[in-house]
Amino acid sequence: MPDLLLELFSEEIPARMQAKAADDLRRMVTEKLVAEGLVYEGAKAFSTPRRLALTVHGIPARQPDLKTERKGPKIGAPDAAVQGFLKATGLSSLDEAKIQRDPKGDFYIALIEKSGRDAIDVLAEILPVIIRTFPWPKSMRWGARSGKPGSLSWVRPLHAITATFGLETEEPDVVKFSIDGIETGQTTYGHRFMAPAAISVRRFEDYEAKLKAAKVILDPQARKDIIFADAKELTFAQGFELVEDQALLDEVSGLVEWPVVMMGSFEQEYLAIPEEVIRATIRNNQKCFVVRDAKTGKLTNKFVLTANIEASDGGKTIVAGNERVIRPRLSDAKFFYETDLKTKLEDRLPKFEQIVFHEKLGTQAARIKRIGRLAAEIAPLVGADVAKATRAAHLAKADLLTEVVGEFPEVQGLMGKYYALAQGEDASIAAACEEHYKPQGPTDRVPTDPVSVAVALADKIDTLVGFWAIDEKPTGSKDPYALRRAALGVIRLIAENALRLSLMKVAASALAGLSAKPADAEKLPSDLLAFFADRLKVQLREQGARHDLVDAVFALGGQDDLLMIIRRVEALGKFLESDDGKNLLAGIKRASNILGIEEKKDKRSFDGSPDAALYGLDEEKALAKAIGEVKAEASAAVAKEDFAAAMSAMAKLRPPVDAFFEKVRVNDDDAKVRENRLKLLNEIRSATRAVADFSKIQD
Amino acid sequence: MDASLPAHMRPERSFQGFILALQTFWAEQGCVILQPYDMEMGAGTFHPATTLRALGPKPWNAAYVQPSRRPKDGRYGENPNRMQHYYQFQVIMKPSPPNLQELYLKSLAAIGIDSSVHDIRFVEDDWESPTLGAWGLGWECWCDGMEVSQFTYFQQVAGVECAPVAGELTYGLERLAMYVQGVDRVYDLNFNGRDGDAKVTYGDVFLQAEREYSKHNFEVADTTMLFEQFKMAETACKKYLDAGWKDGKREAHLMALPAYDQCIKASHVFNLLDARGVISVTERQSYILRVRELAKACGEAWIHTEAGGAA
Repeated sequence: MPDLLLELFSEEIPARMQAKAADDLRRMVTEKLVAEGLVYEGAKAFSTPRRLALTVHGIPARQPDLKTERKGPKIGAPDAAVQGFLKATGLSSLDEAKIQRDPKGDFYIALIEKSGRDAIDVLAEILPVIIRTFPWPKSMRWGARSGKPGSLSWVRPLHAITATFGLETEEPDVVKFSIDGIETGQTTYGHRFMAPAAISVRRFEDYEAKLKAAKVILDPQARKDIIFADAKELTFAQGFELVEDQALLDEVSGLVEWPVVMMGSFEQEYLAIPEEVIRATIRNNQKCFVVRDAKTGKLTNKFVLTANIEASDGGKTIVAGNERVIRPRLSDAKFFYETDLKTKLEDRLPKFEQIVFHEKLGTQAARIKRIGRLAAEIAPLVGADVAKATRAAHLAKADLLTEVVGEFPEVQGLMGKYYALAQGEDASIAAACEEHYKPQGPTDRVPTDPVSVAVALADKIDTLVGFWAIDEKPTGSKDPYALRRAALGVIRLIAENALRLSLMKVAASALAGLSAKPADAEKLPSDLLAFFADRLKVQLREQGARHDLVDAVFALGGQDDLLMIIRRVEALGKFLESDDGKNLLAGIKRASNILGIEEKKDKRSFDGSPDAALYGLDEEKALAKAIGEVKAEASAAVAKEDFAAAMSAMAKLRPPVDAFFEKVRVNDDDAKVRENRLKLLNEIRSATRAVADFSKIQD
Repeated sequence: MDASLPAHMRPERSFQGFILALQTFWAEQGCVILQPYDMEMGAGTFHPATTLRALGPKPWNAAYVQPSRRPKDGRYGENPNRMQHYYQFQVIMKPSPPNLQELYLKSLAAIGIDSSVHDIRFVEDDWESPTLGAWGLGWECWCDGMEVSQFTYFQQVAGVECAPVAGELTYGLERLAMYVQGVDRVYDLNFNGRDGDAKVTYGDVFLQAEREYSKHNFEVADTTMLFEQFKMAETACKKYLDAGWKDGKREAHLMALPAYDQCIKASHVFNLLDARGVISVTERQSYILRVRELAKACGEAWIHTEAGGAA
């Protein structure tokens, strides 16, 4: 079966867009083919800075013929109906129609055969639509045609389209169409500098090979492999080690069609700059890799660059040029770093008075004060020294005003640590300058030093309470202040450090420190708590744990100790996996359902203790006794925070509950007995509330 | 590169030779070679030959040097390549020709950058000027890892859609010349291509100016006067725009250029105030918006002028 080769040749496509564009092209073309009844065997898409390419092989040469039957009017129907039928089906007379016998009256049937079209014609129809509607994140117009409405938009000017279709053994046909003045053909071009001439291609196999001969490696993965292998080899040969960087590798492979890896160096003196700053300078500005000494693990004064050309002088000029660019960059970085060291962190703080954190939440200075106060309050709860936590909170944001962080925002926090150490701060305080931003996401490391923990919690809780107070909560996909991440950070800090603190109290205290006073201030902490419950559910779901149990625990009310909530959820989860747990849950649900129905019927609830004198059956008595015992035992265990023991106590309810439902008819004819039994059922529900609200648990 | 040039005119020896080589190259591509606009501005894009001429349907090809004033970038002449005054070479071609990339690469060859030994790359860089209400897509052009030019397909300028699209090239002249001459400090550039006593360096021409203007921009510039000037320029711009509508009807405009001068003025005064550190973060945004409003109103006026394509 024939294959399709499609290439869209343009000016340089941004590196970060290439992979998705190739994938979109493959998806859009193959989905359309399938929708047109052309089921293909395989497809693969590629990208380079100057082209998107797609090969689809094993496409049927023609669409299958379609046969459909269409029911027409009854025999003897009025002429208008017959004419309508003939017109709709394309039959010239009723002689061409079949007659179908039917007890309710015979009627005409038209057999319509729609013969399939040639695949190449279908392609000529679908490809221009795909090109016109291609989902580039940003696209543009260009050239003379852009003066008229409806001109083509593409990521950068599109110059040529190669589109061929045919069998391996034959000369393929061009899929003919024209889009915005570009006619499809089978001509592409090689490397911009090394082989710019036109190349005539037939199908994917010769296309890929001819491009390679013209110094273009079509497959981005192959380019990555070359860069990675060459960079490793080049560094290894000199006793060094490449500092691997996948994101950089992805980007660099999208900047070259013919990767040529070379190594350059810079002056030793720049190694006095913190390694992260050297790396940020070289990586962000120059898209080069840094290199470490294999023995010491420290950075060396080398870097690895990837050129797009085999230069006629062997690359000497290119290496020298890159060195000339990197030198002043590092010189700037060194200057920034040394300048920063001259000013103490606390001396930078007054400037924060001028910097607005958020219009409604005041200045950065105000925020730093709030975080300090909150960190001091949290410190004793997490085992941190109050003075150290206060000092750390005081200094933690100061590096935002340093030159280095101004230049490289990604080293915020880290520079704070370096500068704090340089001015002789305590190690915990310095660590907190870096770690108070952590954890930044579900996989980021959670700090364990109590000082870091106190400041990290204070920072995040101040953020959450602040934005809650001015009603800037996350909605749907919008979370501009990363409040979900902050809440998850709080959860992870508490859970992974096994911290005990009342979120309601801390939130109320954070709220008291705000100058912005929301209208419903008293509702805020519990509102925020519900947000934490949601985040906890999301986190548990992502870990594959049961998240409905979070609701069962939160529904008890008054729960704001996250660690205890998590422990309770874990114990509950384990319990519900056991037979006792499953059956007890079924029993409790049954009791709840009956109660629900009867409460509705009687329009009343059945609170209050049952009357022991009205128990007529042994099962009633046994259940009442068990409830009393279990309630006491579970409550005692919960008070000791031994949730496993509380669950074991619950398990003891199962036999009497089962026995009760087996032997006892709740809706007794005697109204008093009935009421008493309903009260007993209500007791089951209330006893189990010692551990969780079982009615919130999904089956 | 033109081999017939005398040594002191060669772009790799002489800063002025370098500029002349670029001008000659683009003149040969049919560009009108303009002289710098006679006002202070932050970038060559502000020149009406770009900002205004990019709008409207009429073809327009031009190239010129424009001194760029960035008061905040002054370093008292101490930094090897940061200055508050430097030169940009600007090319604008409307509509953008299909071979603009090739032309650009040829222009590099004309100033001595041989693409067989250098690594020349087009790296994504979306251009946006909040003060001009303009954006475009394109690249920063790299030579051996160094950004040497900005290449943009204008999509919108002064709030008006570009139809057709213009291609804009901006060369950082000092940086490129430093690379070609092989010097690490801008003040060491050979300006006139001569040797010995006859040699004039970039420092001879500009170092004192950098020191003086840095002091002026950061320490002394009269902020009371500048605040006043900003208001005056803003008011004048609006006034000229209002007065420019022919017969008071919004159909034809007769004074887009003088009005736009006041917009340029306001923008530069704002940059000076910013360098003096007297504009707070929140105010900053509102000043930028005020300049943008002027730019947009000028763009609107321009497309109602003859050169802007109004019938």
